[in-house]
Amino acid sequence: MQSEQELEGFRAELRDWLEANCPAEMRGGEPSEASICWGGKNFEFESDAQRVWLERAASKGYTVPTWPVEYGGAGMNRAQEKIFKEEMDRIEARNPLQSFGIWMLGPALLHFGTHEQKLHYLPPIARGEVRWCQGYSEPGAGSDLASVQTKGEDKGDHWLVNGQKIWTSYADKADWIFALIRTDRDASKHNGISFLLIDMEDDGVETRPIKLISGASVFCETFFTNVKVPKDRIVGEENRGWDVAKYLLTHEREMISGGGQGLSGGRALGAVLNESLAEGQEMDTVLRADAMRCEVDALAIGLTLERYKDQAEAGTGAGNASAMLKYMGTELNMQRHELLMAAGGSDALEWDGPLGNRPADWLRTKANSIEGGTSEVMLSIISRRVLGLPG
Amino acid sequence: MVKLVLTEDETMLVDAARGFLDKSAPVKAFRDLRDAGKTYDAKMWKEMAAMGWAGVLVPESAGGVDMGHAAAGILAQEMGKTLAVSPFLSTAVIAATALRNVSDARAEAALAKIASGDATYALAVDETSKFDPNATAMVATSEGNGFRLTGKKTFVVDGALADRLLVLAKTDNGLTLFDIPADRAGITRNAQNMIDARDSARIDFDNVEATGDDVLGQVDDAMTVLKPAIEAGQAALAAEMAGVAAGAFGMTVGYLKERKQFGTLIGTFQALQHRAAHLWCEIEVTASAVLHAGRKLDEDPDNVTMAVSLAKARATSTAKLAVIEGVQMHGGIGMTDAFDIGFYMKRARVGAEWLGDYGYHAAQVAKHRGF
Repeated sequence: MQSEQELEGFRAELRDWLEANCPAEMRGGEPSEASICWGGKNFEFESDAQRVWLERAASKGYTVPTWPVEYGGAGMNRAQEKIFKEEMDRIEARNPLQSFGIWMLGPALLHFGTHEQKLHYLPPIARGEVRWCQGYSEPGAGSDLASVQTKGEDKGDHWLVNGQKIWTSYADKADWIFALIRTDRDASKHNGISFLLIDMEDDGVETRPIKLISGASVFCETFFTNVKVPKDRIVGEENRGWDVAKYLLTHEREMISGGGQGLSGGRALGAVLNESLAEGQEMDTVLRADAMRCEVDALAIGLTLERYKDQAEAGTGAGNASAMLKYMGTELNMQRHELLMAAGGSDALEWDGPLGNRPADWLRTKANSIEGGTSEVMLSIISRRVLGLPG
Repeated sequence: MVKLVLTEDETMLVDAARGFLDKSAPVKAFRDLRDAGKTYDAKMWKEMAAMGWAGVLVPESAGGVDMGHAAAGILAQEMGKTLAVSPFLSTAVIAATALRNVSDARAEAALAKIASGDATYALAVDETSKFDPNATAMVATSEGNGFRLTGKKTFVVDGALADRLLVLAKTDNGLTLFDIPADRAGITRNAQNMIDARDSARIDFDNVEATGDDVLGQVDDAMTVLKPAIEAGQAALAAEMAGVAAGAFGMTVGYLKERKQFGTLIGTFQALQHRAAHLWCEIEVTASAVLHAGRKLDEDPDNVTMAVSLAKARATSTAKLAVIEGVQMHGGIGMTDAFDIGFYMKRARVGAEWLGDYGYHAAQVAKHRGF
């Protein structure tokens, strides 16, 4: 435990570094899905500022502040992480890097991976060099995730993988995929699954984007045809992949919940709405009231995320917190985008119009209450595991 | 940087509070009190005082336990769960906080009487049906070295039975807060027959004499003393409302696990499961805002307005949802007086209005967020 004085020293140093190193273009504004820095071998930076910000942040471990230093992080404890978030919010700094590697695979590897796997896979994630995607859902396994059919046959030194995944977000842009593969067809549903790491450049991996209502192709279909996956590319034990998957899902759900603040970081909804009104226009009474309610809920959900982190640190955490955060956060984020559309009026109705990506972002949020477990699945999890309601 | 987990002392306080309330102040005790036509149980307040609850915000030098606002919130929350009736908010939170912001020997003596359970207070601020202290119209006219108070207050919670009144009135150049005995000449108290069966009064002040000694803090500067007191009260009331929500929720989930219809437990119906699960989510989120407000009051008291309003707004809406869902999921029996869920509904409605409703507090939050 550090003294208040040491923490204030940490804050002052961090503040100076951020002032000196976070480019002006990477501060403020309402960030859009399109302005996220995802990293990866083929990532096209939207600007020099975005590239520079990633490089500088990665050099300090700030892309993954709580990861251990040897795996590319900054090794921050909970108190330092809070200060980091406060100082980033203070200058409205954008995230230097966001990725499924950071949100999902990283936490799973830190928990289940071997030291060698961590050293091999984590630093490239932290530096934004390798982009990962998630191969969970299948055409016949949506909300009923554990019924995956993509199979991996044991061929001695490798598994031979055949099957199809769907809704693999950004598979067409990813370098690697972590996937749930059925490696024991005789075991019960949850017991025959392994968590495998597959290089998207391997022979037999094919991906096809799915055009969505937003006009974008965030999601893909991914096909595996006789793909050879070496035996060391497994996280956790063979046939125990469901444990890894569940652990990872809790992180995925917290990520999707975004602490209830969507992409906006700590920015106030009212300020964002005001910016999108035409000059001289004011929010009407109903929009204003809805925005206030939304802001109250966003702040309280943000505090809940902090409370759960504090509880986790104190070892008093309640289980199944992620289902609650996922449900509340995504429902709020969708509401928030409805208000942004209302404030934008007809300007928000054009693709790439005066408000840029706003309509596409709005449509994208409609997946929030479906992906990573639907809102209804979250409520059923809570009902069963938290409230103990029968069957 | 506030930490949103309970300390060991606070966890012990939760256990102690539950132990006492389940035994001495279950909902049945409230029902008995109401059936007897009473709004206050003086003996129970003495017992609470003996455990240190009345002095939770009183310095040790004045006989209190001085555990802070987060701890006060814990007590209020636990009392909310069992609908325990006491002058805790008016006296131990609001009046104690006001008096702590006045550092003189008289205030110290008054705090000692609060801690021992020998004096109860009521805050007389509202004059219309909505909370708005800055619109106070009641006048305190200067006369010699003192004042004459004339006007009307309404919704003075605990006001019919309290020993003393904290009265907000207009003076020559601002607002002034008076601390006067409730039986002073010229004061007429009319008890209100409240839906939650608790003490509240309309109070008329007819040329009531007040001296300079009756002023809390400085003349024309009530808010230095009153603002922190009101904020402490709002935070503790939010905690009580969170407790009301949790109490109603507990009853309701219990009912889902025992009531059978169509040959099966109604808790197996997905429509009800999802309503209950959603309510639990709302309660969890509100708990964060409530604990945060208590922590801010203890650790960063000059910057608490937004945190307190956030807690009161959230707790108000969550308690409302909890009691509506509670009655709905109980079905017809939830509408009967013989069943307790209605008590929670009526208390939630009174708590929603006291010290600022949802709209008041949501607007405060919005103001602090720049819109």
